[in-house]
Amino acid sequence: MTISKIIEVPYALEIPVGPQHPALHEPVLLKAYADGEEVVRVDIYTGYNHRGIEKLTEKNTFYRNIFIVARVCGICNLVHANCYVRALEELLEKYPNDRARYLRVLAMELERVHSHMLINAVMAEIIGFDSLFMNIMRDREYVMKAKEVLTGNRVLSDYLMVGGVRRDVDSVKKDRLLKLIDRVLPRVKYYRRVFMEDDTLLKRMVGVGVVSKTDALRMSLVGPPARASGVKIDVRSSEKYDAYDEIPFNVVTRKEGDVWARMMVRWDEAIESLNMARYALEHLPSDGNPVPDERRLPRRFPPGEAYTRVEAPRGELTYYVMSDGKPKPYRVKIRTPSFINIINTASVYVGYTVADLPVILVSWDPCISCMERVTVIDPRTGEKRKVPVKELAGGGSRRVSQRYSL
Amino acid sequence: MTSNPADAGEKTSSNNKVIEKGDGYSIIRRSPWIVHFNTGACNGCDIEVLAAITPHYDPERFGVKLAPSIRHGDILIITGAVTKKAAERLKRLYEQMPSPKYVIAVGACAISGGVFHNSYSVLAGADKVVPVDMYVPGCPPRPEAILQGIVKLLEKIGRKEPPPKE
Repeated sequence: MTISKIIEVPYALEIPVGPQHPALHEPVLLKAYADGEEVVRVDIYTGYNHRGIEKLTEKNTFYRNIFIVARVCGICNLVHANCYVRALEELLEKYPNDRARYLRVLAMELERVHSHMLINAVMAEIIGFDSLFMNIMRDREYVMKAKEVLTGNRVLSDYLMVGGVRRDVDSVKKDRLLKLIDRVLPRVKYYRRVFMEDDTLLKRMVGVGVVSKTDALRMSLVGPPARASGVKIDVRSSEKYDAYDEIPFNVVTRKEGDVWARMMVRWDEAIESLNMARYALEHLPSDGNPVPDERRLPRRFPPGEAYTRVEAPRGELTYYVMSDGKPKPYRVKIRTPSFINIINTASVYVGYTVADLPVILVSWDPCISCMERVTVIDPRTGEKRKVPVKELAGGGSRRVSQRYSL
Repeated sequence: MTSNPADAGEKTSSNNKVIEKGDGYSIIRRSPWIVHFNTGACNGCDIEVLAAITPHYDPERFGVKLAPSIRHGDILIITGAVTKKAAERLKRLYEQMPSPKYVIAVGACAISGGVFHNSYSVLAGADKVVPVDMYVPGCPPRPEAILQGIVKLLEKIGRKEPPPKE
């Protein structure tokens, strides 16, 4: 196969953002090589968002690290904090009471709903369905409001403490939360139907970026991408941490394995999560104060190590924390799901058109920033021109107009 | 009005100068186009900037719109602790913006590095790379706060001559 065109996709760097598409995610660079319209190879470069967090955690105390690991990812900050805090609880052998465990699940499930709604909105936007993007974002505000009522802040709330949570809910807050859940659930069901029936969406998503079950296992995918390929992997059901052993839920799987299946798995999970949040609220145990006294928390951590996993909205997230008896951890190792899902799937793009590239990329729910510009290089003339990925998403090379070229 | 052609020529050129210095800059405040760049943020500020441009908060009542490219932008919104790798890109991006240009640093990380200020790979602070006109504190700031930051910057633009920028 002769390569007639090289297309570089600097998904972050030269030019940052697109129309209605602020840099949502951490920056990454995809370099795609295309033969005509067909993608023949994709190279993935990372490291633009390297903040040295693992080293930073070794410089700070165990308790201060809770705030640092929550800022690994702002979208899934609660699961990061939960994973780390549970590792500390394993080290200290100090566990939260039932009410705190239920509240943790409630907060994490609300976070999952808002994360899944966000990535589905971004998918609608990448396809070119801007009004759907705006509508999903409007209804996502209800979830953000619910998160604010529960945790005190919209995004980063630092809700988790060793041995409990930072705020309790009273009956007034409980009613408000239930009302908000009742409001958002029919909307999520409606959007699920839109994704099931709308021709615009189906034409761009069905049969694109297919990953078979064997491939999903071989590439060790996690989270919704794996479940969309029929792999029943969910840490919530296998590990049963916090209150997941008491709250009923289904692990959503699909067999298709394409982009559409991945988005549908997210909608189904959002509905499951809302039902779980309602169950957690209605069956909230009252076995004491879920808020531990911060002044009485142990200052010394015994030597030892802990390894915990949680199901983040993007898949399995693991933390390894090692203590050598000093006030600071000896080592903290973080394994995030996005990294696995993005790095291992470079081969999936091959064979699809350049226009499918952003659609497949968004379907992994990447933590990627600024997916906006590609450089088209013609090797025969050496001519380079840059076009926004948005243009490519709008309909392939036909739409790549000189107007946007640099 | 004058009938002398030589006078008219002089007058138009001087008028152009006045427009360039005064109204030409402040006209931006009627409809600034914003560009958002993530210099190593945790996405917390990013999703709040994203929320701020949706109909619920309705930024278009201030004429604020997201620009399709940095070359169309008037205001650059920076989120995130500036990592060393992203700093070069930020510098290059700022140079590509057409003048007059303004910069808003959103979030604790963009202001001072936030919780990451001690890290080996973080420069800590967008103002170490590009001049910043407005700071919006918070971790992350609410969408209302981000819009307020933009509106305050617009008031500032209307009030005085902008600093000379190349």
